[in-house]
Amino acid sequence: MTQEVLVQAENLHRHYGPHHAVDGVSIHLHQGEVLALLGPNGAGKSTTMQMLTGNIAPGSGQIRIAGIDLLDEPRLAKRHIGYLPEKPPLYQDMTVQEYLRYCASLHDLRGKAAVAAVDFAVQRCNLEEVMKRLIGNLSKGFQQRTGIAQAILHQPSVIILDEPTVGLDPVQIMEIRQLIRELGNDHGVILSTHILPEVKMVCDRVQIMARGRTEFADTLAGLENRRGSPVLLVGFETDVDEHKLTALNGVTTVEKQANSTYQLHINEQFAADSVCRLAFAEQWKITQITPQSVSLESIFLSIVHQEESA
Amino acid sequence: MRTMLSIAWTEFRRLFRSPLAWSILAVMQFVLGLIFLVLVQEFLEVVQPDTAGMDNAPGVTDTIVSAVYLWSGIIMLAVMPILTMRTFAEERMNGTFTLLRSAPVSVSDIVLGKYLGLLGFILLMVLLISVMPLSLQLGTSLDLGKILASILGLILLLASFAAAGLFISSLTRQPIVAAVSSFGLLLFLVVLYISGKSQSNGSELFIYLSHFGHFLSFLQGLFQSGDMLYYLLFIGGFIVLTVRKLDNESLQR
Repeated sequence: MTQEVLVQAENLHRHYGPHHAVDGVSIHLHQGEVLALLGPNGAGKSTTMQMLTGNIAPGSGQIRIAGIDLLDEPRLAKRHIGYLPEKPPLYQDMTVQEYLRYCASLHDLRGKAAVAAVDFAVQRCNLEEVMKRLIGNLSKGFQQRTGIAQAILHQPSVIILDEPTVGLDPVQIMEIRQLIRELGNDHGVILSTHILPEVKMVCDRVQIMARGRTEFADTLAGLENRRGSPVLLVGFETDVDEHKLTALNGVTTVEKQANSTYQLHINEQFAADSVCRLAFAEQWKITQITPQSVSLESIFLSIVHQEESA
Repeated sequence: MRTMLSIAWTEFRRLFRSPLAWSILAVMQFVLGLIFLVLVQEFLEVVQPDTAGMDNAPGVTDTIVSAVYLWSGIIMLAVMPILTMRTFAEERMNGTFTLLRSAPVSVSDIVLGKYLGLLGFILLMVLLISVMPLSLQLGTSLDLGKILASILGLILLLASFAAAGLFISSLTRQPIVAAVSSFGLLLFLVVLYISGKSQSNGSELFIYLSHFGHFLSFLQGLFQSGDMLYYLLFIGGFIVLTVRKLDNESLQR
């Protein structure tokens, strides 16, 4: 890969008492990439993010942000990070404008540079209409967007978002996803989420964590390949001859289910067409044809469970 | 440095965003106003007639002004913890401390910034308190040197309260726990003074350790570099402790 490596975290450990919250996780992020951290609750996603942003120090391991060691040069490295924690760090008693100005000053932006940075973030997050309002009086969606504005205003090369779309309405979710996608073009983004379709929409790479360990790390395409053969659910008015279905081109196996429905494992794009032609020839009345791809959810569950049983 | 100042300024401004600072200033002013009134009346009706003609009779400054500053110090024992609990405990509870932690700002800038913000509030408060005694200047002549010493003493005393409260606030994420513990610590130091002064087994050491003993000599108009040094050490010590506590906090234990 020729792109610049923005985050290089090796073998991170962190434990709370006897509990290993994070146990040997490595994370790499390149420029122009969106990486999703997936995992059930308590998998160590948030702890990992807190370590990457310098909020807590790892028990052992190394973190380099844009080539700068976070543990040796925290102030230099933190300049390159924008972080939105699970709970947005908002002062309820400030207006959006004051708050963002303050955030700019924390990043050592003054005068014109500060104004430009705030304008950029406000425009990106569509906050123009609430600039003069107190953060405490804003809806959850606007608060979340103010949190994101805070994370991007100093144009960091690495943006770390902990569950950025929680509590937003569907329109806002779409906007935020689009924003993340856009940010991912020039920056590097790491986000954690529970929502699997979100991963499909915005992410390039996926890292699945369970109980403090990385269980799976690959590109989205790699995850898709794990899906296996697609499945077609076909319903008929009355029971039909299974063998004729099995004999069709592109159908590998047939399982009969209740109510004259058949689950067909197919390995060819036009299998549905063959089924229809067969039904037409045999004068079977089709009640439904439903393509059932193996969902991301089931892959996710299988990866997480596989580890549990091991 | 500039980041530290902007933290201080924001901290100061945020105090006045909540009703807290306003109500503290209002209540202080009201209570001290009553005390002031009682003292003035007592001076006019009792002290002045009794001591007329005496050599070295206690003047207005001794009986009224010093007493007002003493009462301010006593009331602030209870009030300062409420101001300092906000600094770290409340920020932790609201999750806003992450903002400062993730920003490219050193811990000492954060601590000093917050402390300066509190100091700004203290200066404003002492200014408001001083208006009352100084208003006596309209009708009589005051010992201005003594008043200046009292003002300096009160500022130093409150600054030491703030430093101790800041440290306690950095230990916990519960604002109420921070407030109660800070109050306990401040009260303990007063009790040290009282027990040091006790008739049966007084102790010079206890009096020295207590922040109140040093305050009283300021009220008498004595400006001793030893007292000044005590407060500076007290404040510096607690600030360093706070920085160390927050620095070590993120480490693996």
